[in-house]
Amino acid sequence: MLNYIPDYLIVILSGVLTGTLARVVLLRIDYRQYPGYPHGFLAHFLLGLIASALGAVAVPAILKPDFAAVTFLALAAQQFREIRNMERRTLESLERTELVKRGLDYIEGIARTFEARNYLVMGASFATSLAVQFGGMITGVLVAVLALLACHHFMSGEIVGDICEVVPATISFKGPVLMVDEIGIMNVGLQSMREKILQDGLAVKIKPKDGNARATIHDIGQRNAMAFTAAVILGSKKDIDIPEYTPLARKNPDTGEVGLYILPVEKDPAQLIAAVKLTPVLESARSKPLKAGPSIRAAKEKVNNQ
Amino acid sequence: MNETASGIILAIVALDKEQVSGGAPIFFARDKVEQERTANYLARIFDAMAHDLENGSYILVRH
Repeated sequence: MLNYIPDYLIVILSGVLTGTLARVVLLRIDYRQYPGYPHGFLAHFLLGLIASALGAVAVPAILKPDFAAVTFLALAAQQFREIRNMERRTLESLERTELVKRGLDYIEGIARTFEARNYLVMGASFATSLAVQFGGMITGVLVAVLALLACHHFMSGEIVGDICEVVPATISFKGPVLMVDEIGIMNVGLQSMREKILQDGLAVKIKPKDGNARATIHDIGQRNAMAFTAAVILGSKKDIDIPEYTPLARKNPDTGEVGLYILPVEKDPAQLIAAVKLTPVLESARSKPLKAGPSIRAAKEKVNNQ
Repeated sequence: MNETASGIILAIVALDKEQVSGGAPIFFARDKVEQERTANYLARIFDAMAHDLENGSYILVRH
């Protein structure tokens, strides 16, 4: 019995190590100030450690064979659902005092990502322990590297720059209505505000590359996310009593192009384009109507035949 | 943060007495300059935005 322990110890430790490493790779502090809160970092690091321990322990538990333990592991995995709620709660409570809001879609996306990443970590540690158990140390290292690469790959989703063209646009006023090229944004009543906006405002136009992209930026949450990212990177002159400076994204109903206006602290058009391009495509906003081809055709025929 | 409902007219700043009436507080201004100034003050006080209806009236709305 005693001889067993060092073997399993190596199996478990290698899994835990890989999993924790994967969590650290996935947990970079980025421009969105997220998860830039040090205690959040610690909490996620520890949860990652627990997730990877669960993944790693599964291998000896199956081999032993201790199926009761495996069932318990599945039960423990359920606990990670709480992470989504935890993240959502934190972000929602911060949202109330945020001048430029992230939007509920963005928050939901972040929360879901955090949950999913723990499952990724679990998978990575499970695969590594399995490899160490059956293939030895070298195979284990190989699988660990592969798992880390896979995690890194899954981390980077699509960004707005992939699906849309972002070009500089001009700000003008048609009567009291603020225009970004031909797209009407809002009615600005005060002359002093109009002058300030003309002087310091920046705008871009987001042109979807195809129908799928058009449907994606049609989503209010996605547009909100773009405005939020722009405001984080360039800063916003908005204050509670100056709603005129709120960054806004409105679409041209005919073409589906979106005009984004912001009153930045740093007036740098190139930076604004980069910020909008860098915005992640939200899971909830992503839609692919063009891929509906065959199924919609079948439905159409059915309707026509009736 | 102010949590009052959005989309409600908080006040109206008008030049022409014929153009306005109704439920929201109405402030009459003698000329364009006074109207602009009053609307600006009210907007800052209410944390609201002044919208120009181009008929001599500004409405103040919180969004």
